[in-house]
Amino acid sequence: MKKILVYNRFNRLWHWSQTVLILFLALTGFEIHGSLTFFGFAQAVSLHNTAAYLFLILIAFAIFWHFTTGQWRQYIPTRENLRAQAEYYITGIFRNAPHPTRKSALTKLNPLQRLVYLALKMLVIPVMVVSGLLYMYYRYPQSGAIKSLRLDGLEDVALLHTAGAFFLIAFVIAHVYLITTGHTPTSNLKAMITGYEEVEEEEGKERM
Amino acid sequence: MKRFIIPLLALAITAVFYVASITSTDPGPDGVAALKAKYAVKAKPSVDHAKFTQLQRTFRRPQEVTAACIDCHNGRHTEVMQSSHWNWEREEFIEGRGIRYVGKKNILNNFCIGINTNEQSCNKCHIGYGWGDKGFDFSDALNVDCLACHDNSETYMKKSGGAGMPDPAVNLTVVAQKVGRPTRTNCGTCHFFGGGGNNVKHGDLEKALFDTDREVDVHMGSDGANLECVACHTAEKHQMLGKVYSLSSMNRDRSTCEQCHTATPHENEVINEHVVKVACQTCHIPEYAKVNSTKLAWDWSTAGKLKEGEPYEELDSLGNILYASIKGTFTWGRNVKPEYVWFNGTASHYLTGDRVPDTAPIPMNTLHGSYDDPDAKIIPVKVHRALQPYDPVNRTIIQPKTYAANKGEGGFWKDFDWNTSIRTGMAYVGLPYSGQYTFARTEMYWPVNHMVSPKGKAVGCTECHTRENGRIANLKDFYMPGRDTNAAVELFGTGAIVMTLLGVGIHAGVRIVLSRKRSSGARP
Repeated sequence: MKKILVYNRFNRLWHWSQTVLILFLALTGFEIHGSLTFFGFAQAVSLHNTAAYLFLILIAFAIFWHFTTGQWRQYIPTRENLRAQAEYYITGIFRNAPHPTRKSALTKLNPLQRLVYLALKMLVIPVMVVSGLLYMYYRYPQSGAIKSLRLDGLEDVALLHTAGAFFLIAFVIAHVYLITTGHTPTSNLKAMITGYEEVEEEEGKERM
Repeated sequence: MKRFIIPLLALAITAVFYVASITSTDPGPDGVAALKAKYAVKAKPSVDHAKFTQLQRTFRRPQEVTAACIDCHNGRHTEVMQSSHWNWEREEFIEGRGIRYVGKKNILNNFCIGINTNEQSCNKCHIGYGWGDKGFDFSDALNVDCLACHDNSETYMKKSGGAGMPDPAVNLTVVAQKVGRPTRTNCGTCHFFGGGGNNVKHGDLEKALFDTDREVDVHMGSDGANLECVACHTAEKHQMLGKVYSLSSMNRDRSTCEQCHTATPHENEVINEHVVKVACQTCHIPEYAKVNSTKLAWDWSTAGKLKEGEPYEELDSLGNILYASIKGTFTWGRNVKPEYVWFNGTASHYLTGDRVPDTAPIPMNTLHGSYDDPDAKIIPVKVHRALQPYDPVNRTIIQPKTYAANKGEGGFWKDFDWNTSIRTGMAYVGLPYSGQYTFARTEMYWPVNHMVSPKGKAVGCTECHTRENGRIANLKDFYMPGRDTNAAVELFGTGAIVMTLLGVGIHAGVRIVLSRKRSSGARP
């Protein structure tokens, strides 16, 4: 075993600010939805909007980082070991079988993670961002106003945004659980905090 | 790859700022400070009428005063005579009815019902002298009562049951020498007492406003803006802005908050955005009838009970009439939360003689509007509910004769005989009466526009943005965050969370159990 830097400083900063923002957006968002009372409605709306802008800024930085460092390649889907990875979660993990894929600085994500995170980045987050912006900048149809962006009401946008929020909560729950499936239950968490993770010695040249 | 990154990032940031810039609204200047400064200067009369020789004489009849007014204020009477204050009707286009002349002159309400056959009493509040019956000459300028609105001596009053004539005790010379712009006293003398008593009709206009504080009404409070009615209800050629939709039908000549406060008076854009669909009054008048009670329901069906042959009244602890032999049973309310409706500025009315619809209650007036209507906003209303005389054969709301100076003239308030009262009233307005009467449930909608509270008392977000029992829980034709949910989204959403938790729980449980088994099995 050897220690390698899996998550560099920006990676960790991005991950943890995203964590805070998503949880905060969920808290304020579900208050606006009427599910809970915490900040007070007006405050929740204002905080949710501010957090949304911070999230947009973070997304802009993250996009920049992904492209300048080539990290976007981590999300290219692959069928190699996909079945093996699924089987590991369904059966192997219970038999204490070895992980079918090896983590390295260049392949941080297993084939299943690649698919899930790609879907998150390409589908869920964009849907949340677009519906969120429409929600925020929704203008009631007014006589004499711009007709090009005419919605009959908030309903469709709000429902889409709410559905996405439910999905993200479910994702966070699964995510928090699945990070316990590393070499040890806390090795993934430690890696995301320190950046370093113990990985098996490489036997040959890494792909990519 | 790298050559795309900078433009891409620049594009993303530009897009965010672009979206933000095209959609932001101008919050407008902080106008309240400017308005306070403007209205702090109280208008002084430009002349002293006491110094005019034309007015230094004894006036025996009020018409002589009018003649003196017209002598100098040449032609003003023609403006007055075109006003609804004089004609008690307006030319209105009513949806589905066409052009109609509608007003107190011919419309029925669900309070004292209508002026016809009752002019001697009701028309005390007409700005004319002697409209005692249908024969009144609306073209006689000398019958214009300038003093009702322009008396600044605070001594002018009209005679009860006097068809608009001044009380004989009034010294017309004193009044004529002290005239000026209308004050709250002039307007309130009639508008605060509509329906036969203080605050009976409106709920937001009552005698407390003669002298009040800003907690009751920020605009009229003596520690607030201390405005006269005419500060907002401005007039051009004696045509006043503002009217009430118990009688009006068209979206015109309205006195609005925006006249002074602009359409975007808030610093918070989200609140400004509400103004598109929510009237200012909806949030800023959290309750009405803040000082004295207002009448919420009137049951005419119990009228006519006598004690030892004499009419009587029963009062509650606040002095409100709960029962009067002449009028029936009343329900009163103080600090009343308004009800809310969509309103686009147009209304229709039950016009005298209309056959009523099958559905009860019968709307005496209907305020039009819905969420989909771009002109409609949510407004607060007082709904006055009544049981009032109704002809079940002809299916018409009845105009009874209520007032009479003496017994035997057919007035219900003297004779307590509905049949005679109704026959007299209906014959007068030229409508058939079947000889049968009953009492029909009716509703009347009164927009609430006054008694604006200080901004700290405005209706809070969660009084509407709440799942249950919000103020506008009855307005269901749109999606409101915090109130509305979609059953499918909630079901699948919570379902997804529950299933994830279950899956994670089971998976973790099996892992823990198996790993314990392994570690215990490994031990010899």
